[in-house]
Amino acid sequence: MNKNPLSLQLNVDDFVPATVEEKESLVVMRKSVSFWEDGFRRFRKNKIAMTALIIVIFIIILAFIVPVFYPYAYEQQMKGSERLKPMEYSKTELARMEAGESVFPHFLGTDQNGRDYTIRVLVGARVSLTVGIIASALILLIGSIYGAVSGYFGGKVDMVMMRIVDILYTVPDVLIIILLAQVLKYPLQDLSKLPGFGWITALGPNMVSMFLVFALLYWVGMARIVRGQIMVLKQNEYVTAAKALGATNGRIIKKHLITNCIGTLIVTTTLQIPSSIFTESFLSFLGLGVQAPMPSLGSLASAALNGLQTFPEKLFAPAFMIFIIILSFNLLGDGLRDAFDPKMKK
Amino acid sequence: MVKYIIKRIFIGIITAFIVATLTFFIMNLVPGGPFLSEKAVTPQAQQAMEAKYGLDKPLFQQYLTYMGGLLHGDMGVSLKKRGFTVTEIIKNKFPVSARLGGIAVLVAVLIGVPLGSVAAYRRGKTVDNIIIVFSTGGIAIPSFLTSTLMMYILSVKLKLLPSLGLDSPKSYIMPVIALSLYPACYIARLMRSSMLDVIGQDYMRTARAKGVSVFKSIFKHALRNAILPVVTYLGPLLASLMTGSFIIEKIFTIPGLGHEFVSAIPSRDYPLIMGTTIFLACFIIIMNVIVDIAYAFIDPRIKLK
Repeated sequence: MNKNPLSLQLNVDDFVPATVEEKESLVVMRKSVSFWEDGFRRFRKNKIAMTALIIVIFIIILAFIVPVFYPYAYEQQMKGSERLKPMEYSKTELARMEAGESVFPHFLGTDQNGRDYTIRVLVGARVSLTVGIIASALILLIGSIYGAVSGYFGGKVDMVMMRIVDILYTVPDVLIIILLAQVLKYPLQDLSKLPGFGWITALGPNMVSMFLVFALLYWVGMARIVRGQIMVLKQNEYVTAAKALGATNGRIIKKHLITNCIGTLIVTTTLQIPSSIFTESFLSFLGLGVQAPMPSLGSLASAALNGLQTFPEKLFAPAFMIFIIILSFNLLGDGLRDAFDPKMKK
Repeated sequence: MVKYIIKRIFIGIITAFIVATLTFFIMNLVPGGPFLSEKAVTPQAQQAMEAKYGLDKPLFQQYLTYMGGLLHGDMGVSLKKRGFTVTEIIKNKFPVSARLGGIAVLVAVLIGVPLGSVAAYRRGKTVDNIIIVFSTGGIAIPSFLTSTLMMYILSVKLKLLPSLGLDSPKSYIMPVIALSLYPACYIARLMRSSMLDVIGQDYMRTARAKGVSVFKSIFKHALRNAILPVVTYLGPLLASLMTGSFIIEKIFTIPGLGHEFVSAIPSRDYPLIMGTTIFLACFIIIMNVIVDIAYAFIDPRIKLK
């Protein structure tokens, strides 16, 4: 139809209802991104953090799975194979090799009791990781509950609870750790003899007392952080709404508040792991850590000091292991913070 | 201000009292006694010893006696170092630890603050990356590893520095490096992140627009605003380093306070354990008060109440 450009006559086709395809094409196609997807997307882009994650997984495999298949045990003493250099074989082993037997090499040599050093370093890493992870989990549990309760109720409750935290903050931590570790050792030894507590013997009373001591002292930092978050979060409308619907305080804390600061919780816990490992290695270095013959990276380094002149590699192996573990956990925690902490979003 | 300080000191005294009470009872929960380890002690002699030091009385009685003495500034006599009071031991050993720790903190601040500021100013550049790598690596090495590795390389292999004691100025080098590496790296990281916040502020742009040089804008305008987190960290750090690091003192056999404490626990030298713990707690409390007061001087916007 030829149309006068100035005519006001409307085109009828413009007013035909849209077809299904047309409607679909107008719908915004982008899926909404959840908190987790958003965080993981940012985390994956961070090369340093991804490398750290891979190293952490690799070390966990080395420390927890490899010792199961390793031909030597960490407490196994081999007569005649004392103080071997890395990749060296003892006379008996050389004789066995000549007879056609295959002997698994001592990658890092053996110690003064003829124990394979590689497996001792691996088990030492396992001890350090176990202490770090379990202590951090306990700290997370105590700290988040304490901080949440204190922040949520506020007022006098908050005042009293935070004064307790302040006092614990001033306690000279290393002194109390050393004292408490000594105090807890004996009751735990007695407890481990009772039925149902056999796991204490499996882990060693010293290690269990170390978890407890770390958990008892280091939750204060976590509690402060969680309290700060909760005090902001509880102002939100959804908390008022939940209250209006009759939700109990416990439910609001559990369902609405803790779940909303999960990012902070993950980050703080990840950064707590290396600092627990740090403290554990210090204590073991002083001889207050796990019990012999169970090795820990700190006690291995301490034992290596005596033979520093002749066997420097005995120090380098556990030293390197501690360094790598703490470094990769720190980098992983930093990466998680960049990815999940709402304050770090650009 | 004065009212605030008085309030803080009052809270500090209560905290110190609680710490002392806690330590007293925890310490007495540890099985064994101070006179069990000595060779060939007859039960009578042991009883006589315990009676002499009042250890035969009920625990609560002992607690009251101790606290009463503490109020008069009397921390008792050492059970192992005969003839020395705890106050004397602290007086003798504290200066050794305090000098070493003080130097270490000074070194850490002098290295950490400039490095962190430079890294923040050159954000994303090579200098920044190098500083980040080193400071991240530095906080991953426990001081006992730094000191043992240094000892191996510098004293054993190269024979450059004395490995034990604190006899010459040279022998301070290794313990100071070992003590200050971690705090220096930590301060550099703190400084970098707080400096990044400050550099983004409007007044920094204004300062540059007025024609203030880069150096002056960073070290005069930005530093004062960015240094608060470092000051917060410095309080506890000074307290813990100046009262002696157990590890460093053990490795380098330095006769300091930390060494004294660690050897007091296995030998159950109760008065010495109590004395060192209370001393350290008081030191931390005082440092925290000083840090709070320093806040008000560095940032006049902060009002103490």
